[in-house]
Amino acid sequence: MSGRWLAGKAGAAMLTLIFVIIFNFFLFRVMGDPTTQLARLPNSSPEEIEKLRADYGIDKPLSGQFLDYAGDTVRLDFGVSQRSREEVWDEMKAALPWTLLLVGTGTVLATLIGSWMGVIAATRRGKKTDDSLLGFSLLTYAAPEYWIGIILILVFAVAAPILPAGQQVTPGVEFSSWISEALSVAEHMILPVTAMTLMLLGQYFLIMRSSMVDVLTEDFITVKRAIGLSHEQVIRRHAVPNALLPLVTLSAIQFGAVVGGAITIETVFSWPGLGELSFNAINDKDFPVLAGTFLVFSAGVILANLAADILYFFLDPRVQAR
Amino acid sequence: MSVTSASAEVATAALAGEGLDEHGIRYKLLHTWRGRFGIGVLGLFLFLAVFGSLIAPDDPNASSLDVLASPSFAHPLGTTEQGADVFSQLLVGARVSIVVGFAAAFISAVLGSTVGLVGGYFGGWTDRLLDGLENWFLVIPTLPLMIVLARLLDPSLGVLIVVIGFTSWAGTGRIVRAQVFTLRERAFVERARALGAKDSYIIRTHILPNTMPLIFANTVLIVAVAILSEAALAFLGLGDPTRISWGTMLENAFNSGAPSAGAWWYVIPPGLCITLLVLAVSLLGYLFEEHVNPRLREANA
Repeated sequence: MSGRWLAGKAGAAMLTLIFVIIFNFFLFRVMGDPTTQLARLPNSSPEEIEKLRADYGIDKPLSGQFLDYAGDTVRLDFGVSQRSREEVWDEMKAALPWTLLLVGTGTVLATLIGSWMGVIAATRRGKKTDDSLLGFSLLTYAAPEYWIGIILILVFAVAAPILPAGQQVTPGVEFSSWISEALSVAEHMILPVTAMTLMLLGQYFLIMRSSMVDVLTEDFITVKRAIGLSHEQVIRRHAVPNALLPLVTLSAIQFGAVVGGAITIETVFSWPGLGELSFNAINDKDFPVLAGTFLVFSAGVILANLAADILYFFLDPRVQAR
Repeated sequence: MSVTSASAEVATAALAGEGLDEHGIRYKLLHTWRGRFGIGVLGLFLFLAVFGSLIAPDDPNASSLDVLASPSFAHPLGTTEQGADVFSQLLVGARVSIVVGFAAAFISAVLGSTVGLVGGYFGGWTDRLLDGLENWFLVIPTLPLMIVLARLLDPSLGVLIVVIGFTSWAGTGRIVRAQVFTLRERAFVERARALGAKDSYIIRTHILPNTMPLIFANTVLIVAVAILSEAALAFLGLGDPTRISWGTMLENAFNSGAPSAGAWWYVIPPGLCITLLVLAVSLLGYLFEEHVNPRLREANA
């Protein structure tokens, strides 16, 4: 039974991904015929455009074109960047680890700090601490993350120049060892990760707070208190572990926001990840890169959602019993 | 008939909290700090959206040699990299945020409630298909999707409105669908159906009116999302190139190196305006949401 549940989830994820590929095909091949974009280039003769159409396979019928496109996508062939003339997949492969580093660190920090804040707010519900934490989380939701990033630069890189304003390492420096290089990366990460953490914090806080509030009203908590456990023990050993579960499922809705934040924050800090890659593609109208990054972002979110489902499956015995 | 409808009216009034001062929506809007802040800030920016270009002291598109100048008597918020008055740009920029925010949220509300109503009411394969569509839009990361669409269509005010509306309806659809599911089984709908009422009639007179408050509250929250989306797209270079918005101001400030020049007067005000407007609209949205969903009232009390 349980195996079927997992297979269903995996199948749904695959289907979603297939629809992304179909969507991409219609967007970039049908709506935005790549040769019309290339034809805007000066010095392109009709013969050259004809040759391009043949290269892209656009002279074939639509179904044949789609099969070509799907085949290329599965083989990770996203074409060549119109800007750098490099393989789009190579560019994305180089950028991906930087995005994962930024997004991963930001997510871990936001989960830890956000849920810690949520526990504090829930145990002091309706008090001043709770109100100010709620206000703070609302403020981090309303403030654009790239604006927060710019302010961080203004304060910590310009007014008080103690941290680097951008890029992943100091340019032009020869590092004596990997440790000094890692330290340089860590130093460059502080501001973008702070912006990312602040952006994601609020949601984790709100989820943990409401989850804790729910758990704290349940009977078993009252029983634990009645048998004489201290407040600290009740919260730590019994309330928090039970409140963590919704955090897993509900954090899945965050993944889309994480990707959005990666684009804007990497742009602000010239962080060499997928976000900056797609930002450059916007300005250069580099459609192969735009299509490739959109697919990778979507696939990332779909897979992260699937991972959250699987994690939930192993954490919640009620799902396995089904 | 009169007895039951009268008691039903009392019941709905009590549920909606009209009789009780502290839970009434009017009380919440006018007498709590959240309501007052929301109305005050939204009111101010609505005023600027209409009259901003008239009261702006300077031509927001002017250029001068006085580049990235710090605040002075002539320019209370300094000047841009083109030498234009930041304060004037700020006043004029309110219009794009307000127009895009409300228009995109309207499109999103129409799309979301149509899909939710049709799927929830008819069920079966229609619902499965529409639910799949909803799920797809919920999973796909919104900003990359908007970027791709805006880039392909070439951004203008209309394109931005359509793109943002088209990518943000799924949440509304999901909520409306759930509400319609419960309404569909209720006695007054069964009764209408038994009396031979057509589906379109039942939807218009029974389902939609009972879903409207929910759609409204949700749409107010979508306004906030749409304002943030427009700003983010503009910051990434996908704003309407012919209009000044707070997002394009941030884009220009960032691209011209205003942060590293320490030009805080150029960088801070547009972001602050976005934050204040989104905060105000969200607070109003939460008030309406609590009002239509009493369970939330408990949780956030």
